[in-house]
Amino acid sequence: MQIIGFLIVFPLIAALALLLIRHNAARNAIVYVSAAAIAAGSIALAVGYLGAPTTYFEFSSGLIDHLCTAISCLCVVVIVAFAVRYRNIFAGVLALVQIAAVLHVEFWYASEMEVALGLYVDPFTVIMVLIIGIIGSGICVYALGYMEDFQAHQSEGAKDRRPTFFALMFVFLSAMFAIVTCNNLSWIFTAWEVTTLCSFLLIGYTKTEEAIANAFRQIIMNLAGGIGFIVALLFCATQVGTLSLADLIQTGIENPQVVAIPITFLAFAGITKAAQMPFQTWLLGAMVAPTPTSALLHSSTMVKAGVFLLVKLAPLFLLNPVVSVMVMLVGGVTFLLCSFMAISQSNAKRVLAYSTIANLGLITMCAGVGTPEAVWAAIFLIVFHAIAKSLLFLCVGTAEHHIGSRDIEDMDLLFERMPRLARLMMLGIMCMFIAPFGMLVAKWAALVSFVDMDQVALILILAFGSAATFMFWAKWLGKLAGIAGQPKNVELTVHASEWIATMLMAFLLVFACVAIPAISAYLVEPYIVETYGFLGQAIAIDNLLIASLAVVVVVIALFTGLGRSKARQVDVYLSGVSRDNGERAFQNSLSGQTVATARNWYMDDIFGEARIAPVGVVFNSVIIGCAVVLALVGVTLV
Amino acid sequence: MEFFEGILIPIIASVAFAIAAPIVGCLLAGIDRVLSARMQGRVGPPLLQPYYDVRKLLAKERVSVNTVQGAYVVCALVFACLAGGIFFSGGNLLMCVFVITLSSLFLIMAAWSSRSPYAEVGAARETLQVMAYEPMVLLFAVAFYMATAAILPAGGMGSFDVSAAFLLDIPVVAYAWPAFLGLLFILTIKLRKSPFDLSMSHHAHQEIVRGLTTEMSGSTLALVEVLHWCENVLFLGWVGIFFVWGAWYSVIIAIVVALAVYFLEILIDNNFARVKWQFMLKSAWAVALVGGGVNIAVLAFL
Repeated sequence: MQIIGFLIVFPLIAALALLLIRHNAARNAIVYVSAAAIAAGSIALAVGYLGAPTTYFEFSSGLIDHLCTAISCLCVVVIVAFAVRYRNIFAGVLALVQIAAVLHVEFWYASEMEVALGLYVDPFTVIMVLIIGIIGSGICVYALGYMEDFQAHQSEGAKDRRPTFFALMFVFLSAMFAIVTCNNLSWIFTAWEVTTLCSFLLIGYTKTEEAIANAFRQIIMNLAGGIGFIVALLFCATQVGTLSLADLIQTGIENPQVVAIPITFLAFAGITKAAQMPFQTWLLGAMVAPTPTSALLHSSTMVKAGVFLLVKLAPLFLLNPVVSVMVMLVGGVTFLLCSFMAISQSNAKRVLAYSTIANLGLITMCAGVGTPEAVWAAIFLIVFHAIAKSLLFLCVGTAEHHIGSRDIEDMDLLFERMPRLARLMMLGIMCMFIAPFGMLVAKWAALVSFVDMDQVALILILAFGSAATFMFWAKWLGKLAGIAGQPKNVELTVHASEWIATMLMAFLLVFACVAIPAISAYLVEPYIVETYGFLGQAIAIDNLLIASLAVVVVVIALFTGLGRSKARQVDVYLSGVSRDNGERAFQNSLSGQTVATARNWYMDDIFGEARIAPVGVVFNSVIIGCAVVLALVGVTLV
Repeated sequence: MEFFEGILIPIIASVAFAIAAPIVGCLLAGIDRVLSARMQGRVGPPLLQPYYDVRKLLAKERVSVNTVQGAYVVCALVFACLAGGIFFSGGNLLMCVFVITLSSLFLIMAAWSSRSPYAEVGAARETLQVMAYEPMVLLFAVAFYMATAAILPAGGMGSFDVSAAFLLDIPVVAYAWPAFLGLLFILTIKLRKSPFDLSMSHHAHQEIVRGLTTEMSGSTLALVEVLHWCENVLFLGWVGIFFVWGAWYSVIIAIVVALAVYFLEILIDNNFARVKWQFMLKSAWAVALVGGGVNIAVLAFL
């Protein structure tokens, strides 16, 4: 239990130190040391509880309850202050509604409702702690180098707000640890709100007009989700009579009808946090933030809190058809449409954002299906998405600072200009969409679980969505793969901290892909057996082993096999006399010079945002609305 | 021991496939050329012409536009053989589908690495082709699973294992004929036949020269040719698996059907002009939705 306390409190101390100490070298030292300590702490927790059944800790205190209420109030005060300053009435009103609800729940119900077992560790928590502790702190280390370049790119005399930035990053980690280890739902809610506030401040970090607007969009949507959460707590207290997550799940399994309303609202909260359509725009808007923020929001924190909650509730969805259909369809439609829209994007960060939303949709779908096989897939999707996406964001961030653009069209010849970075980026991309890497193995398991449940609509969604996924990743991969001439190597000036973090992610990625059978056996299967009482595993161990082996082959080919050919080098064919092959310039039929150019395919008239986004927003809004109404009037179809 | 059997069998099978498939594929390619010639009123080359071509390519000087292209093509071939090995050793159909997609990706990257304008257009089109046929391929595997579930006596549990076909009383096609027709449609794309040979035509006189393989020569081009042979054998295997059941002679029936389908593809190749990509994408997805979607929807309610 001490180690949980350490994981929650230590990042806060680090944050405080970072806020107070403004010296560059000292900050670097603090971030390195704290990140290492947090990573070590999470590994220690994993080692300590590896193979152990779910452990609950008796931990409750009125003091902490009041502290949580105070923190929630503080969050609201901050939000209201910003709302007043930037004249955003909507955000202010939502924040006030929320605080009224919080105080109501706290003083009417929560004070009487003691949750004796305040903390817990189960295998799923261990997985999440490892993701947050290793990937999250890795991103903090990366931010050191990145923010130095970022600051250098700012106009002369701009205020150095890096202390705030790094403090927020560490507070974020603390809140995430709290979400995955607390059993008391009102504590989880507080941490939930802290992540919302932190991402609000991080998105608005640059204080440009666009950043402020997008930060407010984020806060409005997530406040709505937060209100959903607090309404769920209200129903938990009045109808189920508990604020303990474990008791809620237990009651729900014994008596599904009782929990129908709370889990509908909790699912709503999860859906907003996980940026599912119609709430996808907040995550797209979050792209204005410095890249480490995006990496943190997309991979190990924030959106993962949303899907964590959904996956946690998956056994209850299995027993509540109405909620289950809502979660499945919202996730499914999001996965399909966001995969389509990703095709039409040329901004690398926007492609990554759509891909994140789509993959979260897939995880949401799996949670909605709720069978053991689907949960197995969902957990692996969370793991691999966290690793691969952080790797990709870090690569894009570094590339942006060295080639001066985050547009995929400008990544021509990256394989030569930034040889190591391009290979790492290629590794990350391949992990996202192609066998035998982790994401695809998880997707495969998801497909099998949908087939077992005869979910025809979900099977079709997965089939078409995956095809679109292939398109947008493969064309990006192709851009990176090009080799011509001898362009200048521009990666020699990349900061050491950026390399450390990026290499860490790449190493984790290869390790996790190769170790799928072991991760499954020691972490995922125990969780599923404990939750459901039996194991459902969609992919036979033999096939997992073949996949592991294939990963090794691909990685060796990518990092050692390329560039060894001894063949005589010649120029490419340009149907004319070549003048400068590196530039693809050739002599045309009028003896002038023509440069051959090629752009990627975006097919905007088929997969454009303007055409596709409204469909998903309307459809999902209707689905969510119907599910909430049905839950409130008591139609559960159980 | 059991631990290793799971890996060893597919690997040994892949090696066997890597030896046998090129021979069969080469003969198929020879038949293709003879038949095509006859359909066009020509005599055509000898049956073994594809073999002579590849042997000649292998003997040529190694020339390349960069140092990585050959490695990508080797990867593509290795994974195509693995996919074949998994399939013909009775392994998991989905695994086979995923591995052959990986092989396609490596070929696409080989083309893109050259930075030739023609190869880039070819690579982009090939990516689009993968997107066009992928849904149907996945639905084909799902339909196989659901059909075995409907046929196998063991209460509703199907199997993705190709070997399960040999446990059936009636062939999968009885329950999955719409998916079979859908697979036939996208097979034209996978076999690189007209009207869907957008990314690389067998005929060099087209607007993007030779598409994907524009900058490949000598042994690299020979490997691409061998890769194509291996793929053809694997895809015809997919066709055949629809007609296999518990009886030993069903394998012969499956081979006959596969050859008939191959003939049909040659006939189509010679009778249709190439279409635009919009038509290919829309028609392939429509076929997947109708052939695959309706099929699995019906099987789900059975």
